[in-house]
Formats: sequence, C-alpha cells, structure tokens
Amino acid sequence: MSNVFVYCEIEDGQVADVSQELLTKGRTLANELKCKLEAIAIGSKLDKVGDQIIPYGVDTLYIADDERLFPYQTLPHTSIVVNLFKEQKPQIALMGASSIGRDLGPRVSSALHSGLTADCTSLVIGDHYDKKQDKNYENLLYQIRPAFGGNIIATIINPDCRPQMATVREGVMKKEILDPKYKGKVVKLDVAKYVSDEDFVVEIIERHMEKSKVNVKGAPIVVAGGYGVGSKENFQLLYDLAEVLGGEVGASRAAVDSGLAGHERQIGQTGITVRPKLYIACGISGQIQHRAGMEDSAQIIAINTDPEAPINAIADYVITGDVAEVIPKMIKYYKKNTK
Amino acid sequence: MKAYNIIVLAKQVPDTRNVGKDAMKADGTINRAVLPAIFNPEDLNALEQALRIKDQFPESKINILTMGPGRAADIIREGLYRGVDGGILLTDRAFAGSDTLATSYAIGQALKKMGKIDMIIAGRQAIDGDTAQVGPQVAEKLGMLQITYVEEVLEVKDKTVTVKRRLENGVETAKCPMPLVMTVNGSAPDCRARNAKRIMKFKKARTVTELQKENEDYTALYNEHPDLMIQEWTVNDIETDASQLGLTGSPTKVKTVENVVLQAKDSKVISAADDEIEAMMVELIKSHTIG
Repeated sequence: MSNVFVYCEIEDGQVADVSQELLTKGRTLANELKCKLEAIAIGSKLDKVGDQIIPYGVDTLYIADDERLFPYQTLPHTSIVVNLFKEQKPQIALMGASSIGRDLGPRVSSALHSGLTADCTSLVIGDHYDKKQDKNYENLLYQIRPAFGGNIIATIINPDCRPQMATVREGVMKKEILDPKYKGKVVKLDVAKYVSDEDFVVEIIERHMEKSKVNVKGAPIVVAGGYGVGSKENFQLLYDLAEVLGGEVGASRAAVDSGLAGHERQIGQTGITVRPKLYIACGISGQIQHRAGMEDSAQIIAINTDPEAPINAIADYVITGDVAEVIPKMIKYYKKNTK
Repeated sequence: MKAYNIIVLAKQVPDTRNVGKDAMKADGTINRAVLPAIFNPEDLNALEQALRIKDQFPESKINILTMGPGRAADIIREGLYRGVDGGILLTDRAFAGSDTLATSYAIGQALKKMGKIDMIIAGRQAIDGDTAQVGPQVAEKLGMLQITYVEEVLEVKDKTVTVKRRLENGVETAKCPMPLVMTVNGSAPDCRARNAKRIMKFKKARTVTELQKENEDYTALYNEHPDLMIQEWTVNDIETDASQLGLTGSPTKVKTVENVVLQAKDSKVISAADDEIEAMMVELIKSHTIG
C-alpha cells in the first residue's frame, strides 16, 4: 500500500532501458518517501526478468506471465495494471513515455480517475499549500515537464487522486543498479483473475521492429552539416550529437550534393524549413538559401573554421573551430552536466 | 456493411511549431497574439483517414466533434470544406481549466449522445500539450478498444479495421473489431486540400452564437440549407456530473509555470577550448534548450 510502482516493458526477454531508468528513479523516490519500490512485468516467458529487475532495489515484483500477453496489447495490459492498482493502491506509478507507456498510461489513469502527466523531464518530492482550501499537502510528486511546444516548463501535481502517474522518455533519467544481490520478493499473479478472455480482441497480424523514418522537420533539435564537415566520418559525429541530444541530422544543399547526406535531410529553400528550439550548424557557411530554411530557429550555434562565415551573423553562439574537435567536446560536456 | 458512422475528434491549437524569435516578448513570456490558431496537425491526418474510409464507403457519415471556445467553430468549417458531413462544437465555461481527464470525460459524455458510433478517429496528440492522452482516455470512458499510432488504415471490412501502426522502433499490423477509437500519427498521409465547391457551399456555415454576433440575416438561407447550421452544445446538452468537469474534475493541477527565455542575444563568440564549450553546454541545459 502507498508504494512507488514501476511498469516494466519487456521485449525479447529484456527489460527496456526506459524501465530500468524508471526503476532507478523509483528507488530514489521510495527512499525519500520511506516506502517500498514495487514493479510489474507483463508478458510471456518471464522466468528470468526478476534477475534484471530486483537489483534496482525492487521490494516486490509482480509478474503476469501468459503467452497471450506478448506482444503488448492495450486491453489485457490495462486490465492487469488497473486491477493490481486497485488492490495495492500505489501512491506513485511510473511508466515509460514510449509507444507502450503512452498507450497504457492514459487508459489506466482514466479507469482509476487518477492524474497523469506525460513526458516528465524531472520528478521531485515536495510539499504544496492550497490557499483556497487552506490545506497543506506533504510529499507530493512534482511532475515537471516542458509544455507549449517547449516554451514553458510546468510543475504539475496531483493533490488528491492516487496513484500520481507520470511518464518519462527514454534517456531522461539515469539507470543504476542498486545492489546485484538485493532481496526482493517475486509474486506470480494468477492471470485469469486479472484479465478476461474478452480483452484479447485485437489480432496482431504482423510485427517487425525497424528503423523509423527520418523526421528532421519535427525535431526539437537539429544538428546540420555542410560541405565544411569534410568527410563521412566527420558527418557521423553529427549523428552522435543528435542522438545524445534527442535531435535529428540535417544538411545543407552542398553537403547533400557532395553525397555526405541524403536528400530527405536537406534544409533550405529547396529543401525543408525547420524551426527547432536549437539549430547547430556545423561547417555551414550560411548562404541565403540555407538560412531561409532555418533562420527562425529559436537558438543557433554555428561551428566554423572561418570566423567570417555569414551564418555567424544570425547565430547565438559562434564557435570558431573544427567540427571534428568541437562536437566530441559538446557530447562530453552534455553528458557530464546532465546525468 | 456499406456505411459507417465516424466521428473525428479535432482540436484548435495555437501554432506552437512556429515559435520564432518574434513569438517571445522581451520579458521572455510567450506572445500568444502572434501565434495563429490552427487545426491541430495530427487531427488533419486523422481527418484524411476518415475521408478515405468515406471515399470507399460513400454512404458513411463523418462528423467532427471539437471542444473549445466559440472560435473553434473554424475547425468544423475547415472539416466541411474538406468533406465531412457536419460537426458539433462543445463549448461552455464549465469546461474551462480541464486537464486531459476532465476533457476526456466531457468529450466522452458528448459522444454518448451521438448515437451508434463505429469509429472515433483522432490525431495522436495536440501540439499545445503533446500528451497523447485524450484519445485513450476517451476510449476507456466509453469502454471501447483503442488503437494508437495508426499510420495507415489498410482495410475496413464488415465490423473490423486492419491498420498499420507506427511504433517508436517498428511497425505492427493489427486487426481490430469495431467500435473503436483510433489515433493517427503525423507520419500518416497529409489531409487533402479544401474542395472549392465545398468552400462556396459551406463558407456561411455558422453556430447560433456566431449568427447572433453577425448582423447579416441568414434566416432564409438557413431555412433552405439547414446543413449550414453548426451544432453548438453546452454542458446542458450532455449529461454530466459537475464534480468531473473543468478545474474541479481535473486530478492534475498546475503548481507553477516557468517561462523559458528564448530571446535572441548578441552572438557569443567562443573558441574550441574545453572550458568555453562546457560553459555553453551548461547554459543550454539551464535554459532547458537541451536536456
């Protein structure tokens, strides 16, 4: 009762990174609240998942194991989580802001009439004083997230409804095993008691995991390369930086024409127009046709060996240096200061 | 079955995608006045999927349900221009301050008044909140199946829909029974353009409130063309429990809001030295630009 709960996603017998990150965060929150950390794993052939989950400091792991429970389907997983939450009454429930968590979370919150905050970037325990009711709430979960297209940061609370639910994207929290020998209990649920046959109405005909399409236009951060990047190896650095920051890679026409990047990434008058929160222009001189496709970006970093490159005039940060030297440092200092 | 009753859920949103330098005031707050109100982009993808089903089964009916202030009637007009049969604007001060759950409750109660529905189609998420919650929450309120992240409706046959879903790491093809709630991904095909003849026909479509504000007398026109009347529902037109509406009915509360300052500064010129790059990354993390 009143514990912290984490829903664990499992693919091919492996617990998803995002779930491991949430278990780590969940342990911290449970310590602060002086309660237990609990987890639920739903799927098929889950004999070994306890060995992966318990070391994060999980006190009780509930397992619902049935061959019909993999791959994920909305209704059966919802029924199990909702029925288990009705029994166990957690105070906090965390899920990945993934295809699964963003499908399951709202369904569960709607069934339990509990508040859910999507895509939190930070979770903190804190108090709240409600002026209208003259009531003090202790130890609430502050669910902190960007809103309004990333232009504001909101702190959301659920004063009265339980569980306080939040989803978090992969890579936002760090993952850290608490103790490989942690003593936790595994409870195997009698699946038939939690889910009915009528919940299995969807027939999954085909399923394959593949790389998703390039989406430079919708990316909040764009790392774009020009002819000045020089080589395919250097261009790989742009992909590394984009991956770390959660962005996409774009390119100037010169880079596309010289074969450094595909057409689908071309930014500018004859390519796509982007307006990300942050545009990192690497080895791009900044011809007008390129600027037309990116000058409305909220912030611009220009990395160039040429201190007189036209792009510098519209940049917030001008870094005079070599892309191959600067990008690895940006990755290094981003990682150092975020996790 | 030759005809389906389809409801498209659509929302009018501020265009947060185009937040450029001019959209931020000097004090760092958002200048909402410069952000146009638009049809939520993924709801247009949803509308296109609905129109394609109607192309195949022309006897089908598509109605848009939108919740918002009076000006959200634009959403229904836009739908009419592109091929829907009609729409309902759900508008009332009682809905103000709703979080996703209170919104879903109000929308769910309105849907319960809309007769037998085969498919409810909505965009995956709205760009002003990016929560992707209302679709699944509505489905739960109605006790319907949901199928999220639809990229393509592959087949509609009898009482089943087969769809391709775009997941973060792959694709899935699923066959689902009706009735159901479908949410459509931005990677689905763009919505068709407005039809010129339909613009001529529906440009005078109005809600009662809009008619009262305009001085022109449309009485004769509306008597002749009742399909020009956009239905407007208030809280009194649906059955609701007041404790589940608006701010009161919202489990989540906004404790604080902090503006992210995005104003353009004079360029900072730095070198490739470690300390200078680290200082820049720290600034970007602190301003929530990254991280």
